Amino acid sequence: MSEIAVAPPEALFTLTADRWTLPFWDAATGGWLTACRCGRCGAFRMPPTPFCPECRSQDVEWPRLPGTGRLFSYTVVRRAVVPEMEGSLPYVPALIDLDEAPGARLISALVGCAIDRIRIGAPVRVTFEQRVDRVKVPRFRLDE
Amino acid sequence: MIARRTAIVGLGATPYWRRGQSAPRSMIELVGQAVLAACDDAGLPVAEIDGLSYYSGGFDSSLLMETLGIPELRFSAMLTGSGGGSAGAVGLAAAAVVSGLARTVVVVGGNQQGETRFGSITKSYDATPENAFFEAAGLIGPGHMFALLAQRQMHDYGYTREMFAEVALSARDNAMDHPLALMKKPLTLDDYIAASPLADPLCLYDFCLESDGAIAVVVTSAERARDLARKPVIVQGCTHGGERSWGRSLYWMNMPERAFLSSGHQSVARDLYAQAGVAPSDIDVAQIYDHFTPMVIAQLEDYGFCKPGEGGEFVASGAIRRNGSLPVNTDGGQLSCAYVWGMTHIREAVEQMRGTAFHQIAGAELALVTGGPSNVPMSGLILAGA
Ligand SMILES: [Zn+2]
Repeated sequence: MSEIAVAPPEALFTLTADRWTLPFWDAATGGWLTACRCGRCGAFRMPPTPFCPECRSQDVEWPRLPGTGRLFSYTVVRRAVVPEMEGSLPYVPALIDLDEAPGARLISALVGCAIDRIRIGAPVRVTFEQRVDRVKVPRFRLDE
Repeated sequence: MIARRTAIVGLGATPYWRRGQSAPRSMIELVGQAVLAACDDAGLPVAEIDGLSYYSGGFDSSLLMETLGIPELRFSAMLTGSGGGSAGAVGLAAAAVVSGLARTVVVVGGNQQGETRFGSITKSYDATPENAFFEAAGLIGPGHMFALLAQRQMHDYGYTREMFAEVALSARDNAMDHPLALMKKPLTLDDYIAASPLADPLCLYDFCLESDGAIAVVVTSAERARDLARKPVIVQGCTHGGERSWGRSLYWMNMPERAFLSSGHQSVARDLYAQAGVAPSDIDVAQIYDHFTPMVIAQLEDYGFCKPGEGGEFVASGAIRRNGSLPVNTDGGQLSCAYVWGMTHIREAVEQMRGTAFHQIAGAELALVTGGPSNVPMSGLILAGA
């Protein structure tokens, strides 16, 4: 029987945001995926920061992305290094190259998929995890 | 330029303890003990220290002065980042001496682990808007983060667990009979492969140790060094820095693919060789920051001992063994000797250049030391025998 990737431990994350990152999390709460795009030169950057590293502009846009991407890398966390992780194993932190947002690689996690089917380069699709603190967090499933 | 204008003239250290075993000694006590031992080794009174150089959080200069009775400080500096600055702290000291800001600068690093284990250290970091992205993903410790890099190395370069194992096995072989090493149990490839993965593809033996201890070195001008008690070890060159594409690296993970597969040290290595006036083929022994086995391989590539993508084969060939073309981490490194945030590597390089190392590499004249692949700035150091 194949192991299924579960959600990373909820207890270890409390959302901290500022005006540069909040639109990302607000979009997630609204059920859609976005990434920070420079309003002047169009370069994407994640995590969002106060200046575009390409042109130093502070103008930003938050396009609605298709929510798909490719798995760039991942790891399977199998052992609890802190007690809060117990009950959330195995989980799969993953790096996702987002479609229609070149240069923006999202640090996220794969959920709900058989671990032995995970391959670098696999197409993935976003899903949103509703947490008890009402924050919604983007996760990804294998899209095949 | 600082090349060959300063020297390490004193070396001091506490014992190495397993994590938490140095209690009830305090951190300032460990640091003070290392500094006193380094001054004693140099034959210099502690009262002559007029500069302090650190990395990775550093220590409280004023408390250290008051504690040790250092009458006057003229230089105190620290590299930001984390373990990446260990080798570069020697360069800060050298810069202070060459510029005339200070005459006798002590570089000191130490590590004492109480409640917070390194395996979960990011959990103790401040919650910031930028950190929220990796925290939400359940990346609790450095091992989880470096596993993401290692997985991609395996995918793109075809690296295998056997290649990562060779780094751990070489280190253990060097530690086996080394009087300072904490890990002396034989380690076989079967043991390595059978170890359960903690964060795929990394297993227990890919991780560095967790230990307590402090190490200090005394840096002064090469000219003055000639009149002191010990055979000087020349600071051939030292640089720190890094490129934007690497930046916050593990906490950002947006490196372009080529940088993602590296250790982020390429620009540091380029500048280090240029400053030191030597090439990779001139290096006789290397102390490579080994928090995780795959990052040793990536650094060997960045420092030009082999091409990108060939580091796995390079280590598998036996090159980094004591009888290989580039003996690496001759004391057992942080994987098997002790973990003092990079300072053990400086210590071992100094001893190799003095000709007093336990596993002395015959005829070694140049030693490379690297700081850990981490956030910019990272650093590299080349030491030469007098
Ligand atoms: Zn721009």
